[in-house]
Amino acid sequence: MCTSSLLLILIPKGADLVLNVNSIEKLKTRFLKPKLVLLYSIIPFIILIFVFSYVPLFGWVFSFFDYRPGMPLEKQQFVGLYNFALAFDKFSGFYNALRNTIVLNVLGLIASPLPIAFAIMLAEIKQKRLSKFIQIVTSLPNFISWILVYSVFFAFFGNEGFVNSVLGNLGLITNHINLLGDVNAAWYFQTLVGIWKTLGWNAIIYIAAMSGIDQELYSAAEVDGAGRFAKIRHITIPGILPTYIVLLLLAVSNMLSNSFEQYFVFRNQLTISKLDVLDIFIYTKGIGAGQFGFATAVGMMKSVVSIGLLMFVNKLSKWVRGDSII
Amino acid sequence: MKMKLSSKDIGFDVVNHVVLLLFTAICLYPFYYIFLYSISDGLAASKGLVVFWPVNADFSSYVKLLSKKDVLDAAFISASRTVIGTSVTVLCSSYLAYVLSTEDLPFKKIIYRYVIITMYVSAGLIPWYITMKSLGLKNNFLLYVLPSAIGAFYIILIKTYMEQLPKSLEESAKIDGAGVFTIFFKIILPISIPIIATVTIFSAIYQWNSWQDNLYLVNKKELSTLQFLLYNYMNSSMATGDVTRMKAMNMVANAKQVNSMTLKMTMSMVTVIPILLVYPIMQKYFIKGIMLGAVKG
Repeated sequence: MCTSSLLLILIPKGADLVLNVNSIEKLKTRFLKPKLVLLYSIIPFIILIFVFSYVPLFGWVFSFFDYRPGMPLEKQQFVGLYNFALAFDKFSGFYNALRNTIVLNVLGLIASPLPIAFAIMLAEIKQKRLSKFIQIVTSLPNFISWILVYSVFFAFFGNEGFVNSVLGNLGLITNHINLLGDVNAAWYFQTLVGIWKTLGWNAIIYIAAMSGIDQELYSAAEVDGAGRFAKIRHITIPGILPTYIVLLLLAVSNMLSNSFEQYFVFRNQLTISKLDVLDIFIYTKGIGAGQFGFATAVGMMKSVVSIGLLMFVNKLSKWVRGDSII
Repeated sequence: MKMKLSSKDIGFDVVNHVVLLLFTAICLYPFYYIFLYSISDGLAASKGLVVFWPVNADFSSYVKLLSKKDVLDAAFISASRTVIGTSVTVLCSSYLAYVLSTEDLPFKKIIYRYVIITMYVSAGLIPWYITMKSLGLKNNFLLYVLPSAIGAFYIILIKTYMEQLPKSLEESAKIDGAGVFTIFFKIILPISIPIIATVTIFSAIYQWNSWQDNLYLVNKKELSTLQFLLYNYMNSSMATGDVTRMKAMNMVANAKQVNSMTLKMTMSMVTVIPILLVYPIMQKYFIKGIMLGAVKG
């Protein structure tokens, strides 16, 4: 109260100043409304998201420069679309990486109905405890890191691994098998690795989808004399189909992305021509070889095409299903 | 009315059980095999004598490994990032999700879109790398904690859950004059335990398994994570003969650390045991999380 009286004395009479006691109170209620306090409280998080997710987007500008780290942008040499043109050059390795990426993703798409089959089979197990046990064990590989996945496959297919030692000892194998270094088997081997890791967990997602099917349909079908297979064909599969289509469309929109970790840990000199995917290519050229401008350009094209794919797939979904994905 | 089991049914049941159990074995046996290898005599294992039982079982490789400084440092770093990183993520994400679930928040729609867009738009590795470096997060423990503090996926999960809580709780608290933080910590959080548990576990497993940030931006040995150390162990060269003899002959003088298969298996076990122990117990929370997330998709 004292301060405000002091203020009143200091303010010249008749002056058109805003600052007096009533105004301060009005400002307080205007800017400290509970709603706005709510907003202020999340400003730190908005800034956090901005810094880690939006600020990097400004880095796309590096693709137009022959970027050398350490120098400010003004001193960098502007090269226009050179980095982009370089990608489409025969010898840049870009086409190889693109081919590998798409092939591996297509193989993954071909394998995508497997979790559905697994889920349906699991649902046919009548003993609850066994079914739970299978669920837990088969979904476990999804939660270990790719390095550990590599350890597992190394323990099995490595030179001193299970296949070469145990099966060799039993006489089932005469020559050393080196699947990890087999360039011709690389694509299929990696697809199998991916299946091993994700089948159990993806099946759980479909089991969750199956629980959304109206159980009355099954009872009605039984009354109509439908056997086990008929029920699966006419009720279960159509019931899960929407979920599958959504996941399929999302997978298509991710056609240019691969699990960086998977191909990083499994790559070696022998298989690199088949396993160098776009994400690894960007890493090798960028952080590895220091071609920052080029790697940024490739990454930028990848992001833009991916967003385009997502929007296309979204429209497709609206057209086919009547509902969009995002 | 009980349906008679036809032979077709029984046939299907048998095949079904066999196939499912076979795949289950394929998921379980590898871990058991790695464990056997780690406690067996290396030579016997490489000859294929280790299948269901160890040969000359001893835990010496564990003792050797767990007394090495790099392993202990890495285990400490991984444990730290799991505890600290998960706490930060859960706290920040759940608070932001709560605020986004209230009705009063101004600009709510825009802010929510702002958060969700980050799931679909990615700047790419190089811009991200340069940004992190400019922020001083190279060789900095905060790299493991800050970038993952807000997860769009978690926001969706938690927000969906909180939107289904009865509004009366909030309203009566507000009438009593409670501020935002009081409402959040004393009322909303305690009744959101199921979804918080799910997010905590997802986040903890992510932190424990994480090593890419390590690869890109950390070259200080003391800040290495256990997973990254495992990667280095697995990629170290292997001596098929006597390691000490080869070292003495200077054949491996300049090579990176030479590790036997047994040691690699032991290191793998050390890294995977926490997951093996925690996952079966926590599995039901994962399923709950998926169910809750599936609502919004």
